[in-house]
Amino acid sequence: MSQPTSSRSSLAESLSGWPPPVLDPHGPFSNTVTTLAWVLIALVTLIFVLVCAAMWVALYGSDELRAKLGGERVVRWFGLIIPAGVLFLLLAWGTTMVAGMTTIKGDELRMRVSGNIYWWRVSYLDSAGKEILADANELHIPVGRPVVVDMVSEDVIHSFWVPKLGGKMDMIPGRTNRLKLQADKPGSYGGQCAEFCGGAHSLMGFVVVAHPAADWQRWLDTRRAVAPVADLGVEALRGRQLFSEVGCAACHRVAGTSAQGLSGPDLTHVGSRRSLGAGILPNNRGTLIGWIGDSQSIKPNNRMPAYRSLPAAELNALAAYMESLR
Amino acid sequence: MARQGRDGARRTTLATPWWALACAALVACDGPPDRTPTLGNADAARGRQLVADKGCVACHTFPDVKWPRGGLGPSLEDFGRQGLIAGRLPNQPGVLMQFIRNAPALVPGTAMPATPMSDQEATDVTAYLLTLKSR
Repeated sequence: MSQPTSSRSSLAESLSGWPPPVLDPHGPFSNTVTTLAWVLIALVTLIFVLVCAAMWVALYGSDELRAKLGGERVVRWFGLIIPAGVLFLLLAWGTTMVAGMTTIKGDELRMRVSGNIYWWRVSYLDSAGKEILADANELHIPVGRPVVVDMVSEDVIHSFWVPKLGGKMDMIPGRTNRLKLQADKPGSYGGQCAEFCGGAHSLMGFVVVAHPAADWQRWLDTRRAVAPVADLGVEALRGRQLFSEVGCAACHRVAGTSAQGLSGPDLTHVGSRRSLGAGILPNNRGTLIGWIGDSQSIKPNNRMPAYRSLPAAELNALAAYMESLR
Repeated sequence: MARQGRDGARRTTLATPWWALACAALVACDGPPDRTPTLGNADAARGRQLVADKGCVACHTFPDVKWPRGGLGPSLEDFGRQGLIAGRLPNQPGVLMQFIRNAPALVPGTAMPATPMSDQEATDVTAYLLTLKSR
């Protein structure tokens, strides 16, 4: 197998590789999960060995040993008292440890991710919980600082999971769950919907990009500033015109233009995203064309219709416009 | 005797063009010479990985890629047996190598965009595409 390249989709990265992402923590909150996992694995291995030993005694041991093994004392201790004690200790320890993953101090950064049928709506919030920036399928966070992410759903139950950065959290309609994420090193971290949400559930990926703190602040300020109208080429200009003519604007928003649809992903910065189609494809001219022209073949039953009526030149124009939205 | 000699002579005169024809036929079996870069150092397995990494799968269906199975462009499930690329160009390694890197230059008006690739990557993808044959 060749090494994954940088253009590889986040989905492949989040689910493959060695060590498995669940056992490869890159932040304090995922570290908790990994510690818990190792303790459980060790404990279960010990129990397995003990049971095997008991079986061996039962089959081949001396009569004296077998009588002891079958006695009431063994049943009382190993069948009741010890298991109850171990489970109680494990519960107490696990609960205290995991509590840190959801306790909110109040000085964390706030963001919100909303699950939608096969994609994620992303909002950056101010301290009062008001949206200051909208995006989709990609979350940018500063390194070394905890981020509280509100988890909501706009349709069915989804589950947000970026194994290297934190635990798994369900997104339940009508409810707001909170999950803390933190990355210790800059980089891109893949995520995946972890609750079956429909036919293309497995194609619902996510990317978290961790920047050094100063870079992240700069990134946020640039994004929040009113974007100057970029110098679009002829092709991209034609694409912008088509964007409203063929109906894209009914569902997609591009800040600063008349396109203000909210039922699909925000496309204001689609050109700068690392992946396309919610973490499943690299983002380039070809995949943009493929997605616009026939997204149904890529992600069956997603809510965007296949635009098979568009000729090659128009597909290229729309893709050029998407590329210009950085 | 004289008659016999005449027969033998006739046989040899006939035999010469027959051999020439046989040789010509054998050469013809090879088709026109293919003066293209060799695929000697190509790695088809890496080519398969590249097809996913570069996003070709967004528009094309490949027999050994489970998803995505893009439907905008032609299916490539039997591409190795196909005579023409995009219905226009001979399906030969050298041509294919150029086509996958810069399709619009060879087939103007196609929706397939130019895809930046190194020489080695283009060679690997070409080798992979030519292995695609259904049994």
